Amino acid sequence: MSSANSIDSVAIRFAGDSGDGMQLTGDRFTLETAIFGNDLVTFPNFPAEIRAPAGTVAGVSSFQVHFSDHEILTPGDAPDVLVVMNPAALKANIGDLPPGRTVIANVDNFDERSLHKAEYDSDPLHDGTLDGYTVFEVPMTTLTVEAAKTVGAKPRDAERSKNFFALGLVSWLYSRPIEPTLEWNRAKFSKDTLVADANEAALRAGWNYGDTTEMFTGVRYEVAPAKLEPGTYRSISGNTATSYGLIAGAQAAGLPLFLASYPITPASDILHELSRHKNFGVRTMQAEDEIAAITLAIGAAFGGHLGVTTTSGPGLDLKAEALGLAVQLEIPLVVVDVQRGGPSTGLPTKTEQADLLHAMFGRHGESPVPILAASTPGDCFDSAIAACRIAVTHMTPVILLVDGYLANGSQPWKLPDPNAIERFPVEFATEPNHVAEDGSSEFWPYARDERLVRPWAVPGTPGLEHRIGGIEHADGTGHISYTPANHQHMTEVRAEKVARIADDLPPLQVSGADDADALVLGWGSTFGAIEEGVRRHNQGGGRAAHAHLHQLNPFPSNLRVVLDAYDKVLVPEMNSGQLAFLIQGHFVKRVRSLSKVAGVPFTAGEVAEAIAALSAERDDPEGHQ
Amino acid sequence: MSEPQGATAATLTRKDFQTDQEVRWCPGCGDYTILASVQNFLVEIGADKSKTVFISGIGCSSRFPYYMDTYGIHSIHGRAPAVATGLATARPDLDVWVITGDGDALSIGGNHFIHALRRNVNLKILLFNNMIYGLTKGQYSPTSELGKITKSSPAGTADHPFNTVSLALGAEATFVARTLDMDRPLTEETLRAAHRHKGASFVEIWQNCNVFNDKAFELVTGKSSRADNQIRLQHGEKITFGPDRERGVRFTPQGRAEIVEVADVGIDEIAVHDAHREDPSLAFSLSRLSNGPYGPTPIGVFRDVDRPTYGELVEHQILAAQERHGPGDLASLFASGSTWTVG
Ligand code: SF4
Repeated sequence: MSSANSIDSVAIRFAGDSGDGMQLTGDRFTLETAIFGNDLVTFPNFPAEIRAPAGTVAGVSSFQVHFSDHEILTPGDAPDVLVVMNPAALKANIGDLPPGRTVIANVDNFDERSLHKAEYDSDPLHDGTLDGYTVFEVPMTTLTVEAAKTVGAKPRDAERSKNFFALGLVSWLYSRPIEPTLEWNRAKFSKDTLVADANEAALRAGWNYGDTTEMFTGVRYEVAPAKLEPGTYRSISGNTATSYGLIAGAQAAGLPLFLASYPITPASDILHELSRHKNFGVRTMQAEDEIAAITLAIGAAFGGHLGVTTTSGPGLDLKAEALGLAVQLEIPLVVVDVQRGGPSTGLPTKTEQADLLHAMFGRHGESPVPILAASTPGDCFDSAIAACRIAVTHMTPVILLVDGYLANGSQPWKLPDPNAIERFPVEFATEPNHVAEDGSSEFWPYARDERLVRPWAVPGTPGLEHRIGGIEHADGTGHISYTPANHQHMTEVRAEKVARIADDLPPLQVSGADDADALVLGWGSTFGAIEEGVRRHNQGGGRAAHAHLHQLNPFPSNLRVVLDAYDKVLVPEMNSGQLAFLIQGHFVKRVRSLSKVAGVPFTAGEVAEAIAALSAERDDPEGHQ
Repeated sequence: MSEPQGATAATLTRKDFQTDQEVRWCPGCGDYTILASVQNFLVEIGADKSKTVFISGIGCSSRFPYYMDTYGIHSIHGRAPAVATGLATARPDLDVWVITGDGDALSIGGNHFIHALRRNVNLKILLFNNMIYGLTKGQYSPTSELGKITKSSPAGTADHPFNTVSLALGAEATFVARTLDMDRPLTEETLRAAHRHKGASFVEIWQNCNVFNDKAFELVTGKSSRADNQIRLQHGEKITFGPDRERGVRFTPQGRAEIVEVADVGIDEIAVHDAHREDPSLAFSLSRLSNGPYGPTPIGVFRDVDRPTYGELVEHQILAAQERHGPGDLASLFASGSTWTVG
């Protein structure tokens, strides 16, 4: 057994054809790593097609896992080890691998046909393309077929287990425990034991290959467990965390959860997950279209359920009119937008943060909607609860912005104590709230409390029968009203009601250097890259601070004070400067936009570089752009 | 057949279902009569106001909820069936009605309309068909006759219209009926059948828009022509019509409905209407007898069959899940999958 050197963190990328099972390999490796006790962040990246043409660069799917013995926040700027199952995977990923690092290639697939499909004229393993890299050629397919033969699998079937060979080899390389994968495999394929046996044989063969050949001596590393806060952990993706947050949020509100959604990448997993938890009283509907999804949820909300719809950009476009209805009805509703690259169909499986202005302004008329954004996979849980809380306590639709990177990425998540989740039980109106001129008591659906919030009376409550609608109505009574003064008043009231939500939200926190010369202001999934980028900059002697917005509308009440404390403000976002636009318009303050719309998240290095560049600039009182 | 009377119901009158809102339809609009029919019907069945909900989209007819002192939503164009589906699924205890029009349900909201029917959501969908856009001042609708000249079709339309009943039957509706605004007894009888039906009840109401499409239904509703042109469907009875019931409907061997003189074919040849027939093809054939108010037209209940409602199936799944897994427990939900402990 070869000994291992120790190292504080490693990023490993598994890449192969969409049909090679790379996402599964990454998931299993992630779980082994989590159980081993490292901190970790993952980044799955896959094409939109279910089966893109096999062997082509377009069909490459990858999964990067970054794990460490300390807290980490990003999937790693670049991989340390790249595992490629075919030439296309090499071609698609080698550009991200810095020289000197390691490639492990399934040499069996570097035949002429596969090279041709990947549009290589010569074999990159031997033509000098990989000079400067440490390359291991492993005949994974052959060894998998050999191993699987012993359990009776036919070569054609056995070949499919080659991702387990890769997993076994990499697990050995980093001393990961394979028992969890073995258990999972047996449970998953309990009905098809031949597949289970072949996978197990391949996994063990991969492990043993590393252990018995002396090949990997120089690159075998140990990454010690991280010192995470004590507690029970699991690995969680953003979509799962959002689903759990919605269930917990509904419980905290004391309402049944009603989810209506139309299938859309990358949000569908929330619909799938919630559909599995009917025992929580969760009603899920797969709607006939995106418009139906939101209007179904509005109908359920009128009936006293916590109405939720989940979608991605194209769906948010379609929901715009109904969101306006919810604004006008002043009815609680949670809309989760798992953003993806746009416009139109755009990049269904790739991440982007370009729906911010759409969430903010994407409806006709003056139509204010509170907007929250989750910053990490685990934060999707807290953000979903916060969205539920704001919706029911302020009688308003709420948009929660997530994105593809958070939705599919995963992180260790310390299990929250259900009893520690703050409750916000809804009290429906049960009594009339107004005395008419003739002395009789009435119910006014738009009578407001001091926060401008109207009462929620649900059908089945005798005496509180009332009508609400999308048409402009008088404050108080809710009767149709077209008078100029009323529309002016209602427009202002709806805006002010949303603005006052800021009183109910935590102030913006600033991390990083105390005497910082620059502030990096971010929102949503850029959290990890920005925080890490700021730390790196400060470790190198810089003085930057980081503030991260979880509320985009209304902004935290102290945002102006925070901004005023810095001359230089950098706003990194995965769009062309949408938060920067809002900040400049709202606060009349010049900020520097750092934009990335490549379908992949920022690296910490990119953020650190931009901070360094901004800090180095001479102070320019005019601001600069 | 009479519905059970609630204890408080006996004391309610039509006035209890009226709101203090001024009704703003044009004088003479067919909507007034329908409103009166619905209010009378609710009084008659002893409806519980607090459990009755009217949901509408956009259009003249969609102002209806504002005139009903029940719960109600005036929603957005075409989406009332979806809003109502959400409510009826969340709250199976409620009596949920959808008020819609030909443009609302069949044009902008066509998708929600057909899906509410095929799901068999527990809703009463009243479609006020006036074959025109009224609120937007007179454009042709998806039920306007081919060649109709309107502001948006000065040369006449090139659009073949929907046959509303055929469409509903094709969408797997379990209850499909047609009534006429002015015929209050028929409307109330039809509402009674629709209300008795479990699941989605679709009622098309031919409604005169006296401003933009006056007398569109005259042939079928007018005093002088109606006896010749109303084919009143009654479950279990021979389908005959005419002043002396001298005409009738029979099905050809291919299943097509055709109008015949009873004297020519003999009464035994005349079909007996079977609204409860599982197979919808005969009801569909009946719907093809006319494609609008242009000749003898069946009115009344075309189809009324049992199928589990969407809400029942959803509730059943929830109860089954709770029986199998117990009520949801957050701690075990969070810990599902593989966990590990630190410290
Ligand atoms: S426009 Fe026609 S349908 Fe509309 S209210 Fe007037 S008469 Fe009735």
